[in-house]
Amino acid sequence: MTGLVLRRLAGAIPLLLGVATIIFFLISLAPGDPTTLMLSPGLTAEAAEQMRVNMGLDEAIHLRYLKWLGATLTGDFGHSFSHAQPVSSVLLSVLPNTLLLSAAALMVAFALGIVLGAVQAVRQYSLVDSSLSVVLLFFYSMPSFWLALMLILALSLFPQLWGLPFALPTSAMVSVDYDQLSLGARLLDRVAHLILPTVSLAVVLTAGIARYTRSSMLEVVRQDFVRTAQAKGLPERAIVFRHALRNALLPVVTLLGLYIPMLLSGTVLIEVIFAWPGMGRTLFNAIVSRDYPLVMGGAFLFATMVVLANMLADVLYMIVDPRIRQGRAADA
Amino acid sequence: MPDTARSRPGWAGASVGTRALSVALPGLPQIIAGRWAAGATALLTWLGLLWVLGSRLGRVRDAVAGAGDEKLAVLTLLAGLITSWAWSWRDLHRHDDTDGGGVSQWDLAVSAFSKNRTAVVGLMAIVGLYLIALITPLIAPHDPNVQYDLVSLRFNGMSAAHPLGTDELARDVLSRLLYGARVSLAVGLLAVTIAVTIGTALGAIAGYLGGVVDSVIMRFVDMVMSFPRLILLITAIAVFQPSMGLIVMVLGLTLWPGTARIVRGEVLSLREREFVEAAVALGYSKRRIIRRHLIPNALAPVIVAATLGIGNTIVLEAGLSFLGLGVPEPTPSWGSMVAAGRDHLLDAWWLSTFAGLAIVLTVLSFNLVGDGLRDALDPRLRS
Repeated sequence: MTGLVLRRLAGAIPLLLGVATIIFFLISLAPGDPTTLMLSPGLTAEAAEQMRVNMGLDEAIHLRYLKWLGATLTGDFGHSFSHAQPVSSVLLSVLPNTLLLSAAALMVAFALGIVLGAVQAVRQYSLVDSSLSVVLLFFYSMPSFWLALMLILALSLFPQLWGLPFALPTSAMVSVDYDQLSLGARLLDRVAHLILPTVSLAVVLTAGIARYTRSSMLEVVRQDFVRTAQAKGLPERAIVFRHALRNALLPVVTLLGLYIPMLLSGTVLIEVIFAWPGMGRTLFNAIVSRDYPLVMGGAFLFATMVVLANMLADVLYMIVDPRIRQGRAADA
Repeated sequence: MPDTARSRPGWAGASVGTRALSVALPGLPQIIAGRWAAGATALLTWLGLLWVLGSRLGRVRDAVAGAGDEKLAVLTLLAGLITSWAWSWRDLHRHDDTDGGGVSQWDLAVSAFSKNRTAVVGLMAIVGLYLIALITPLIAPHDPNVQYDLVSLRFNGMSAAHPLGTDELARDVLSRLLYGARVSLAVGLLAVTIAVTIGTALGAIAGYLGGVVDSVIMRFVDMVMSFPRLILLITAIAVFQPSMGLIVMVLGLTLWPGTARIVRGEVLSLREREFVEAAVALGYSKRRIIRRHLIPNALAPVIVAATLGIGNTIVLEAGLSFLGLGVPEPTPSWGSMVAAGRDHLLDAWWLSTFAGLAIVLTVLSFNLVGDGLRDALDPRLRS
């Protein structure tokens, strides 16, 4: 087991090297160089040239690449000019916020998705099943950013307009008067700020997970061990939860690896909409202000998170599925 | 189809009235015979296009002399009319014995697909959307980029002149929505075509040749798939100037690794089969084996993935436009229309709402068809 995890970790290193390479050459395709944005118009040609030399831009591209790669792998992502800070400290300050938002969305999506999918499978062809299918496909087809705007309209703007008490906050992580609040009120304030972004992110994933759980469950229900359980006269509850659902959830775990890239893509849009100070919004702002070191660092961190998530999904799958654990352990 | 003889209406014994009706309304005989999906598509296309031709005769006449865009709209109009009518006529006059005896996998898939009502509705919606997108210059009530009187017509609600209201520059929302369909549908189709072409070719090569070629291609696939797709997209678009061509390219170039993985998996199992062995024994070249024997047999899951991929790509394109990194203004696109309504949700709710609904319904259609295709193409799922 440990050996397998280590082997997956070793496999991730060349992958991340490749990812870094793609980012470097993609950014180096940009016309002009970073100095063109920093120079004031009146500057002399020599001063401009000196600046290029200072930043190491006069060197050949393969030397710059090796230098950058070496620095990146030691955790030095360079200096962000829009934040006037090292890229690593900018990213580290926003990373926890993105993790909080994604973790909340993932938990909601998996909990709700599995329940809905299981309900559908147990009541296959019923009115509940078919109407849920339609509703879920509708939400599955929905762009998260549009859902976010509709939620803002329905749960924040209209309630405010009509003076209802439950208008939810739509920007930032805490209210302006956060520091003056009591401890309980602070917690409540944070949760209130988390609701809309989380729901906007989670809905599409929930629909996907529910669809997957339903078909996975229907496949399991047809299998012999379920018939055996029925023949033994076990109550339906026990069959559904202890026999069918537990086995149906095995492939659902692999969705984690599939959905994390989707989720992280979604955080860019959702963080921009809700002014959530996370990585997606930081990366987007870096792109708008052409802060290339921050763009490169941010993209690399995003890719690293996906690689780690895929590893986590693999390991989780091994943990929950004893067949794979033993099968692979034998040849390890 | 096994039941074609039963479901095809007889022409020989029909009365003059029936014949006249089926000439005037192509598709109607098929609906009566129980093949409602194909029949309704033909009939709706016929009636819809005829209505456009009748009610917009002046614009059609102008369009013939107009720009390439408008000429294309007229061509589509005529082609749609001719196709729906000719299909119905040929379908009625075809003799069953020309079909031959065999039933292919594709015939089975077609008959399974046409029994799936929701999937057929999705397909009809897609055909309709593409038709509408192509003939938009003939049917749009206004020029999508004309700014009307800013004082009196800014953020106007729904009215007879502007059925879906006006936006912050007093432009007609319905017309922009119709023209926006062209961006979404074209980008989705073109990007997926690029992705499927590259992905199928590279996936099949990797799967069949194996060894170093396989490792190199698949490691590259792993790298591209390590990025959240939107991150890769906005980074690439930030480096260059956003334009329609660039967006199609980057969407296509970030989608192909998924296809390559699917095709490689299929090819790995196919290459052990007897028919491939037979092809090798016959001395066919690797190129021929890949192109003629492996790829056609690996296509079913690719078609499903491509259909779902178009929906997914339309959502991504809308996301890019929403962030202002999509097709540049003033070209209308659904994503940028949603973005434009963002700051006016309360006073002009129709801006974001209708553009978003258009995205949802389009993507929903593609997802319905994709689901239907998956069920129809997988022999295990066919009931």
